Amino acid sequence: MLEITSLQARVEGKAILKGIDLTVRPGEVHAIMGPNGSGKSTLAGVLAGREEYEVTGGAVRYLAQDLLELAPEERARAGLLLAFQYPVEIPGVSNVYFLKAALNALRKHRGEGELDAVEFLALVRGQLKTVQMDESFLRRSVNEGFSGGEKKRNEILQMALLEPRLAILDETDSGLDIDALKIVADGVNGLRSPERSFLVITHYQRLLDYIVPDFVHVLMNGRIVRSGGRELALELEEKGYGWLEAEVTVGA
Amino acid sequence: MTTSTQTIEQLAGKEYQYGFVTDIEQETVPPGLSEEVIRLISAKKQEPEFMLEWRLKAYRHWLSMTTPEWANVHYPPIDYQNIVYYAAPKSKADGPKSLDEVDPELLRTYEKLGIPLQERAALAGVAVDAVFDSVSVATTFKDKLGAMGIIFCSFSEAVREHPELVRKYLGSVVPTGDNFYAALNSAVFTDGSFVYVPKGVRCPMELSTYFRINAKNSGQFERTLIIAEAGSYVSYLEGCTAPMRDENQLHAAVVELIAHDDATIKYSTVQNWYPGDKEGKGGIYNFVTKRGRCEGRNSKISWTQVETGSAITWKYPGCILKGDNSVGEFYSVALTNNYQQADTGTKMIHIGKNTKSTIVSKGISAGHGQNTYRGAVKILSGADGARNYSQCDSLLIGEDCGAHTFPYIDVQNPTARMEHEASTSKIGEDQIFYCNQRGIATEDAVSMIVNGFCKEVFRELPMEFAVEAQKLLEVSLEGSVG
Repeated sequence: MLEITSLQARVEGKAILKGIDLTVRPGEVHAIMGPNGSGKSTLAGVLAGREEYEVTGGAVRYLAQDLLELAPEERARAGLLLAFQYPVEIPGVSNVYFLKAALNALRKHRGEGELDAVEFLALVRGQLKTVQMDESFLRRSVNEGFSGGEKKRNEILQMALLEPRLAILDETDSGLDIDALKIVADGVNGLRSPERSFLVITHYQRLLDYIVPDFVHVLMNGRIVRSGGRELALELEEKGYGWLEAEVTVGA
Repeated sequence: MTTSTQTIEQLAGKEYQYGFVTDIEQETVPPGLSEEVIRLISAKKQEPEFMLEWRLKAYRHWLSMTTPEWANVHYPPIDYQNIVYYAAPKSKADGPKSLDEVDPELLRTYEKLGIPLQERAALAGVAVDAVFDSVSVATTFKDKLGAMGIIFCSFSEAVREHPELVRKYLGSVVPTGDNFYAALNSAVFTDGSFVYVPKGVRCPMELSTYFRINAKNSGQFERTLIIAEAGSYVSYLEGCTAPMRDENQLHAAVVELIAHDDATIKYSTVQNWYPGDKEGKGGIYNFVTKRGRCEGRNSKISWTQVETGSAITWKYPGCILKGDNSVGEFYSVALTNNYQQADTGTKMIHIGKNTKSTIVSKGISAGHGQNTYRGAVKILSGADGARNYSQCDSLLIGEDCGAHTFPYIDVQNPTARMEHEASTSKIGEDQIFYCNQRGIATEDAVSMIVNGFCKEVFRELPMEFAVEAQKLLEVSLEGSVG
């Protein structure tokens, strides 16, 4: 599904990713953990194709394609979805209109017919329930005036609609209370399937109580310093990142 | 926007698509302006004596005036002796009596512009007056409207057939000496549309005028007059296009609206004159005076404009709110791309008690475009309880464009309530990336964001034209995002 080798990237001239190796197979859920500034969000941004991140080395294969060669919208149409840490507001554009445009862009790419308003509404109504949102949500402008929790639920709604092959959740848990966190986690768990993979980026292990990962990787200073199973996350919670930091420094 | 998945290439291929020239034999007067030319125009139109006097008075006044310099637009001086003030398709000196007599070449021209003039092919529910250079070439659905007492005809015809109405109202809202361009228009105007809606009648269809400049070196000076008697309602729309030419051409129109007690006039403009090329060469100078007078109690005049064309736009559709409880509205989207300049806004003059005005202006600047909102709200001492709400938003696309806002407020009554909101924003990389990440191409993302920005204005347009306006914005923004 996704194969990252020796990926290096910089932002505004500063090296952030210093050689990432990671393989994600279909159906797997990988958690990427790490302290602030370790490069977690940069990794998400590079994979989604954010312009301000400059790739300086390494390669990324995604579904037998060179991911880094694709424009951001081509990556999206190839089934890569990034759930944003800070979803963007688009005043005056209704959520339903935006969702329909996004879905139809994908459907067109896949050679399927575009859905008209009636068909789309029927589809989206079903999905709304999974994220516990009512229909007024569709008429509001994209993310404008949404609470933190509503914005994140909107991201999960898009995930449910767009049915990505690889979903990257960039600190989706940040700023969420426990109820919103559960809704988001339920939404994600409902989408887990043998064909769909997840990259869950988080600072806290709390989210991983609800979205249980197959693998946990710790990112520090632009490198994955340790990989393990779910127990690694629990160990981190107990000992903090400082423990690994000391170990890495000693090891280096 | 059902075209949300159009590719950049498709959009890039679409430039100004109305730039063709109709090859038709023209009758013109020699370039230049003099009393003689004005007499010639008046004679050609078989006008009554009062019209000629009116024109000459305006001309003499104009000679004493100077070009307004206060607007935030820049262009070389115009040589008014180098303009052709009258150009008409030769075949119809007197105007055809019916559509069957209209030169087929002209019918084809309007068809190409998407304005079929044959009534059976016409857009349902829209009556059209087609003005080609200096003359009206056809007006549809006249009989149907006539049965209800509604007069919808070319201005020339109104002068001949309804001189008493023309005499009573012409210049009553925009006097001949109002400003430089209005004076020029009053002296040389050649045609335009005339609408009269009798008492208590609700006009059952959209009335619309389609203006086309075709002749080279000619100016277009049209005059529109709409009178809504007590308790009547009319919705009117104008559209305009011109061929692509390297020289600038002048369009100086005057529009006057009069709404009596409880009457409503809704006036919409989709302005798509040729804007000039990417380097700013050519294009129409659109110097227009539009004003409505809410004469009666509870009357309402609503202006909606979508200004995407012209090299330079200079216009301030305003309302004189004379009747108590009268309402004036101004909804505007003005877009400047490449080297276009727009200085546009409104004037709301509150005279009557409890008069209310709403101003919503959306300026979009892209390329090297310069976009200025200029609006005046004046509340006179007798206007107890007057209210105004103004909202001016600017959207910038790219680094080389500009947005400017000049609100003028003059309040002479302490009971007045004014609200003014203004914002300037840039289409963010973040917004575009967010759309891209959902599979939406950049050009489509920009259209979507711009349309969202303009939504409050578009929803004021008649349904059929709201869709047109959206498409027009997409085309006009083509290539503005790298």
